[in-house]
Amino acid sequence: MTVRYDRKRYWNEPTLGLWERAYLPEIVRGLALTSRVFLRNMAKWVTGRKGALTTYYPEETRADYAPLNRGKHVLTQRPDGKPQCVACNLCATVCPAKVIEIEAGFDPDDAAHPKFPRRFEIDYSRCVFCGLCVEVCPEDAIRMAKETPNLPSHDRHAMWLGLDELLQWQPHRDPAKPYPPRDSAPETPR
Amino acid sequence: MTQDLVVYAVYIAYAIGMLMTFGTVLTWVERKQAAVMSDRIGANRAYVRIPFTQVKLIWLGLFHGLADGLKMLVKEDWRPRTYDALAYALAPWVVFTPVLLVFAVIPFGGALEPARLVPWLADWYGQRSYPMQIARLDAGLLIVFAFSGLTVIGAMLAGWSSNNKFSLLGGLRAGSQMISYELVMALTVLGLLLIWGTVDLDAMVRRQSGTVLGILPAWGLVLQPFAAVLFMTAAIAENKRIPFDLPEAESELIAGYYTEYSAMKMGLFMFAEFIEIAIIGALFTTLFLGGYNLPYMDDTGFNLPGGTHVALSHGAVVVTQLVVFLLKVLLVCSFQILVRWSLPRFRYDQVLTFAWKFMLPLALINLTVTAVVLWLVRGAPL
Repeated sequence: MTVRYDRKRYWNEPTLGLWERAYLPEIVRGLALTSRVFLRNMAKWVTGRKGALTTYYPEETRADYAPLNRGKHVLTQRPDGKPQCVACNLCATVCPAKVIEIEAGFDPDDAAHPKFPRRFEIDYSRCVFCGLCVEVCPEDAIRMAKETPNLPSHDRHAMWLGLDELLQWQPHRDPAKPYPPRDSAPETPR
Repeated sequence: MTQDLVVYAVYIAYAIGMLMTFGTVLTWVERKQAAVMSDRIGANRAYVRIPFTQVKLIWLGLFHGLADGLKMLVKEDWRPRTYDALAYALAPWVVFTPVLLVFAVIPFGGALEPARLVPWLADWYGQRSYPMQIARLDAGLLIVFAFSGLTVIGAMLAGWSSNNKFSLLGGLRAGSQMISYELVMALTVLGLLLIWGTVDLDAMVRRQSGTVLGILPAWGLVLQPFAAVLFMTAAIAENKRIPFDLPEAESELIAGYYTEYSAMKMGLFMFAEFIEIAIIGALFTTLFLGGYNLPYMDDTGFNLPGGTHVALSHGAVVVTQLVVFLLKVLLVCSFQILVRWSLPRFRYDQVLTFAWKFMLPLALINLTVTAVVLWLVRGAPL
């Protein structure tokens, strides 16, 4: 018995009419389209405007990143300016690219948060910007801002960001969550 | 005798310089044009820094061609272990040399009279006049087809000698495709030969400085519009560029017949391809676009349709012809690049079907119609 193979026919299968089958008109249409785009963009370049949708990246960044864009990491701060991070290492553990390195410190004077990050470093040459560190953080200590870290370099060792850069985030208002926390009273230890 | 040598040495230097410049600049044109066509900026990272300063010359990415050449020259010349050494080393040159040789018979300007151009050479040159063409051969067009037919040998040599199945497939495809389209290419031009009765390219250009119906310039494009389209298509197929790049189809054959080539040997293949774009541009210009002349122009000046004659000095004519030729060639090259970045690739059977069942009959019909019309118009036995 021979097995016949019947190709599945789809309801929206594209069909070629006589016009498309003639081939030449469609070729002319395609060439007209590309040359129209070429001439339009060329006219823009020649008259000193920009004729491209892409940007000249490190020198020029796009202004229209989405508000939820996962750009660079920021560490949130308590009202007194110390990082909210408690150096629990959950983000470093969940990180699929293993780019987060945290060195914990002990501060006996701060009863509520005795453990704090002495160093908190992210290697942006390997970061995949997945946002898992933000998801996993129990303290809302790490978030992602929409701006990109802007670290293009010829040296991969120059692509680390430390505590000083990550703590630069000082927004006046955050519609999603109040920040910095409204009540300046110290949190109760759990 | 010495005078001739000097003039032809200058011509050869000009031709080689022009082809090499075209080969390099076209890589830039191709990148930039493709980028502008698709709303991008294009390659612009290569720069030349003026020594001892921080001034970086970018010049819209023009130096990318130089960077490419430098990279190809300093890369390792890797060879496969099992290959036919002689054929392998010979193949890039068999592809590259004929492409350069074709330009020998293409006229890039009208008659040059050094005595009228440079006054202090008047005594030495006297009344001598040289057509701006390296070799003034009666068999011009035949030479073009003879030499461009040689490149197929190079492609097949490369395919067979590198002992690689992808290369072999690429070589086979190159062979069948180029031979098919060469036939079509030659047949499309036959109509023009019937009209002008010559294969001498310079004479062809001179025939095109007249008018048709009193107003249109007698360009090949006007006389044989159909042949122009067919010739362009066949020429792109002959050059193995998209949409006919089956011999080197990346998604199927890696790089086709030059898969096993690296460094400057591979660069020669690429360079030959880009120079051939310029050669096709020059051929198309010569055959269909009035060659080095502007419309209504000949070696003495403009013969406008109304019957007025605008005389130009010899120097002005020479410069105009040189510049016009370069501009026309660049325009045709740009059109080829437009085609390359607009159309998708054929399937392999479609390429050969297209050649033998579509273009060949059309070329024959074109030839027949031309012959009949000429017989009716001229009333003379052909």
